[in-house]
Amino acid sequence: MSKEMTIHLKYWKQDGPNAKGYFEEYTLDNVNEHMSFLEMLDVLNEELMLQDKEPVEFDYDCREGICGSCNLVINGQAHGPKERVAVCQLHMRNYGDGDHITIEPPRAASFPVIKDLVVDRSAFDRIIEAGGYVSIKTGSAVEANSIPVQKEKSDEAFDYATCIGCGACVAACPNASASLFTGAKIAHLNKLPQGEVERSNRVVAMVDQMKEEGFGDCSNYAECEAVCPVGISISAIAEMRRDYMKAVVSGG
Amino acid sequence: MKLDSKVPGGPLEDKWDKHIKDIKLVSPNNKRKFEIIVVGTGLAGGAAAASFAELGYNVRSFCIQDSARRAHSIAAQGGINAAKNYPNDGDSIWRLFYDTIKGGDYRSRESNVYRLAQVSNEIIDQAVAQGVPFAREYGGNLANRSFGGAQVSRTFYARGQTGQQLLLGAYQAMMRQVHNGNIKYHPRHEMLDVVVIDGQARGIITRDLVSGELCRYEADAVVLATGGYGNVFYLSTNAKNSNVTAAWRAHKRGATFANPCYVQVHPTCIPVSGDYQSKLTLMSESLRNDGRVWVPKKKGDDRHPNDIPDDERYYYLEERYPSFGNLVPRDVASRNAKMVCDDGLGVGDTGLAVYLDFRDAIKRDGRETIEAKYGNLFEMYENIAGENPYERPMRIYPAVHYTMGGLWVDYNLQTTIPGLYAAGEANFSDHGANRLGASALMQGLSDGYFVLPYTIGDYLAKQEPGKRYGTDHDAFKEAESAAQAQIDKLLNIDGDRTIVDFHRTLGKIVWDKIGIARNAEGLKSAIEEIQALREEFWQNVKVPGEKNNYNKYLEFAGRVADFFELAELMAQDALQREESAGCHLREEYQTEEGEALRNDEDFSYVAAWEYKGLNGSLEETLHKENLEFEFVELKQRSYK
Repeated sequence: MSKEMTIHLKYWKQDGPNAKGYFEEYTLDNVNEHMSFLEMLDVLNEELMLQDKEPVEFDYDCREGICGSCNLVINGQAHGPKERVAVCQLHMRNYGDGDHITIEPPRAASFPVIKDLVVDRSAFDRIIEAGGYVSIKTGSAVEANSIPVQKEKSDEAFDYATCIGCGACVAACPNASASLFTGAKIAHLNKLPQGEVERSNRVVAMVDQMKEEGFGDCSNYAECEAVCPVGISISAIAEMRRDYMKAVVSGG
Repeated sequence: MKLDSKVPGGPLEDKWDKHIKDIKLVSPNNKRKFEIIVVGTGLAGGAAAASFAELGYNVRSFCIQDSARRAHSIAAQGGINAAKNYPNDGDSIWRLFYDTIKGGDYRSRESNVYRLAQVSNEIIDQAVAQGVPFAREYGGNLANRSFGGAQVSRTFYARGQTGQQLLLGAYQAMMRQVHNGNIKYHPRHEMLDVVVIDGQARGIITRDLVSGELCRYEADAVVLATGGYGNVFYLSTNAKNSNVTAAWRAHKRGATFANPCYVQVHPTCIPVSGDYQSKLTLMSESLRNDGRVWVPKKKGDDRHPNDIPDDERYYYLEERYPSFGNLVPRDVASRNAKMVCDDGLGVGDTGLAVYLDFRDAIKRDGRETIEAKYGNLFEMYENIAGENPYERPMRIYPAVHYTMGGLWVDYNLQTTIPGLYAAGEANFSDHGANRLGASALMQGLSDGYFVLPYTIGDYLAKQEPGKRYGTDHDAFKEAESAAQAQIDKLLNIDGDRTIVDFHRTLGKIVWDKIGIARNAEGLKSAIEEIQALREEFWQNVKVPGEKNNYNKYLEFAGRVADFFELAELMAQDALQREESAGCHLREEYQTEEGEALRNDEDFSYVAAWEYKGLNGSLEETLHKENLEFEFVELKQRSYK
């Protein structure tokens, strides 16, 4: 039979981007060890609503670790204590009876709070919009096998392409930098012959946009890599910086 | 109302080419004067929005997520089919077409399915050109693997994340057009109604999910690419926000809804562990290549599975289907799992699970080989279930996964409201009564990249460029105030049962009575139970918070209200279809061996429902589109 626990929660409440935020506390009894972390929050909200209290808002969708919607910071750690998982894949069996858990939104000026634990990550969309694509029109592609791609290169591109855009890298970075996110997209496309063509323009456009959004610079703390739920390597950042310098020098 | 499928004449293989030749074009000059709304940014919606914008149309794109990149297509694991025949194993457009028609148990339209197979190859070309990192061979060419329901290897894949990679390709193409100013992009907006003026779709009403404000948008055409309705079951493999609201509200404005009872239940999911369960997680179909499915022969056998000797295990798929064994199609595998559990042979705390055992595969191939093939899936299982599948068989159970039914569309993907289109899982068009694995991604991208960009032009070419009624038009006002009234009503009930509680209770009725197996008696009682629960919902639901703020539970309340109505239609549809076909198993219509028994004489049609009203019970009129099979011969499916 499964274990039941008492969990003491402390979670962030904030009515809007300009409102003053504060912590709310609540103790949940009967937390089943097989619950996911987000299911525990569902249960919290059910209890709150039945007591005529306001539920806490948080972002989620697929609940299987791929959509990148969830992005809670738990006891100071983006996505919580378990390595290589998003919060939605974290289960309560990782906690013990009587544990205290503090839940916050990712803190970054470029991710303003919308409500409670929900933040605005549209800055990520704008970074992709600046150049995170191959400029190819529907219908104009050549036959798929006409350009062979080395398996190793393609696998490497995949490793970067697997980014889920959750923003944990920004939350964990002391500079609130978006370098891992931006670098991952650049590295994904640069590894492939299809993306190579726009290499220089892309890196300049995306890095400039990243700065414009107010994200900090990278100081090689590598906290981003440590919290990334899909294990994107910080070598993406080194490559992005090298490419940026090259592009600016040759362009200027 | 007469359903006109507008299928072009002539030989099957020439229909699409002929149609492209015949349809009208819009000049580049005039394209600039047209505005198209695309709701949803999954594979179908993202691909359509990008492609329309590239053609020069003005596009507005809406999604409920905080970014277009999070649409639920992202979660598709397995792969995407195409008839490239790279492995030289005898594949062809005809064979992909035939497998899809047969897999759908002969309940789809030949012409649409053939076109799907025809454009499948272009999809792969397009995705590769966008930088989608598909799996490759050492020689640098694309790799393929096999999937259920086919005897050739035609599935392209990107590890277990094919949907993610294809979606990011479409999303990036879309963001490029946002950058160029051709797409106006509205994330965190939910469509609450479609605006119809003089019989044509002319716009939508949305709710800005951050501010709560209701907004009016006018356009010359509207595309709904809003996904399926699997969440009517509460528990499904769908994302939590997936819903039927956009499609359902279009239905209430005059778009007929086709085959709502066709719901695919995927056989290999992680079973429910408790009442708090919020969703179900799929384990890829590929596991059935090496895993053996069994239950103990003895009821209530609570020994550790590894202590149960072989002769006390019931390998029911291998015994009942010796030629396909564990690799029978999804509908057959799901039905059999339910049967053994109903007989009391299920395992685990709830008795609603069967074993998927890798012991023999590990013995045969070694742990390393199995780890290389399925490592990430085993890890995911251990994460969720808390058990190590290398040492103890997985427990699995079927879960709702995909809905073949959806808005009725003609060959152009237009609904019964002129100017309103439906694409991807939101329409009913290509999968009949059962979808084959790796065909959903193919259909979404086919609709978005290669069908709609042609067919929508044919419609727009006949419209007056730049014609505007203005969002002050009465139809906009009426639609907005109806949406507002519903929101106010929900907030004012202030009852004492939560939305989740209602949704879960509804889901249980739908699962028990309109699920894997159905019968007339159960369906009739489902209708009564749904009506009673719906009435209670409108008296006693508790919706927290305010309308002018971010309020997730308010969003859910509106969606659950629509699920109640859809659920009743699903029961009506399942009740009128007095045959079994694909995923629709009516217990009264089975062969002696318990297999689905079709009735082609009386039921070879698409059931398209026209909304008439809701007055205690849901009033709908049934229209039938007869399915003509000119090119394939109808056969009883057999996987014995």
